[in-house]
Amino acid sequence: MKEPTTLVVAGLAILAGGTYALRLSGQLLRARITFPPRAAKLLEAAAVILLAALVATTALTEGHGFSGFARPAGVLVAGVLAWRKAPFLVVVLAAAAVTALLRVLGVS
Amino acid sequence: MRSIWRTLDRRGLADIGLTCLAVFFIGLSYGAIAVASGFPLWVPAVLSVLVLAGASEFLFVGIVAAGGSPIAAALAGLLVNSRHLPYGLALPPGVTGRRWGRLLGTHVMNDESVVFALAQPDPPAKRAAYWACGLGVLACWPGGAMLGALIGSVVHDTSAFGLDAMFPAVILALIVKDLRDARMRRAALAGAAIALAATPFLPAGLPVLLALTAVVLTP
Repeated sequence: MKEPTTLVVAGLAILAGGTYALRLSGQLLRARITFPPRAAKLLEAAAVILLAALVATTALTEGHGFSGFARPAGVLVAGVLAWRKAPFLVVVLAAAAVTALLRVLGVS
Repeated sequence: MRSIWRTLDRRGLADIGLTCLAVFFIGLSYGAIAVASGFPLWVPAVLSVLVLAGASEFLFVGIVAAGGSPIAAALAGLLVNSRHLPYGLALPPGVTGRRWGRLLGTHVMNDESVVFALAQPDPPAKRAAYWACGLGVLACWPGGAMLGALIGSVVHDTSAFGLDAMFPAVILALIVKDLRDARMRRAALAGAAIALAATPFLPAGLPVLLALTAVVLTP
């Protein structure tokens, strides 16, 4: 860790405090405004899109570049298993196993 | 707590248990990765308890380890966690608890607890699923992170075990139900493509937010 400890603690406090505020504000807003079902659907869609983008970037990229083939291959296998309704733990362990196996075989 | 066991059936509890077990394993990889990238053990430990949102913690640790400012890393983490605002809007009133219980109930709001709550048919079941999963994650995520940090200080090459593939796999498994809807799938794929295209040019965390523009593709 190259950064000074005080700065890391400050970042940590901002992230923890801000995250709590985000968790609370949605609930408080809901109590005050009546929410049309269409808007609720849109918000749900927004959450799925954010998560899908998170899957794509964490599976395929490392920093600003390509992560290599082993990780996205593992995630792809997991995706196929999840689509076919395999148990959650099987899906997650398959991702790790495929990626690890590819790396053993020399695929980065 | 007792009402949780009464309200949820055995199948529902098993799913939540497996999810928490998976969270524990991802926590293991997170703690190990954090220590392997040069953080002292307390950083993943404190983050996992106080933030309790895996994706943003991975992002925070990743940006700071790459030499980024911790403040910028925190803001990027908050952007990723901005999805908790729509989560709070989506949950029916009372699910997160009332009065003092709500202080903790708010903290245990995460991808998993919200998904399980929304999948239940009625308010009591939603509340039971939310709390069972939320408290399970509150135990398993920091527990896994701390054990992982301990292991990480001993084992160094965590990528050899493919642990980095577990996090995207978990999120994918959580949203696969929504992706069965063709229009939702199209919007999600567009969002993913936007985020990937932006990754070489934008600071970490922003591409994922830019993906939100794909929301115009949903009906």
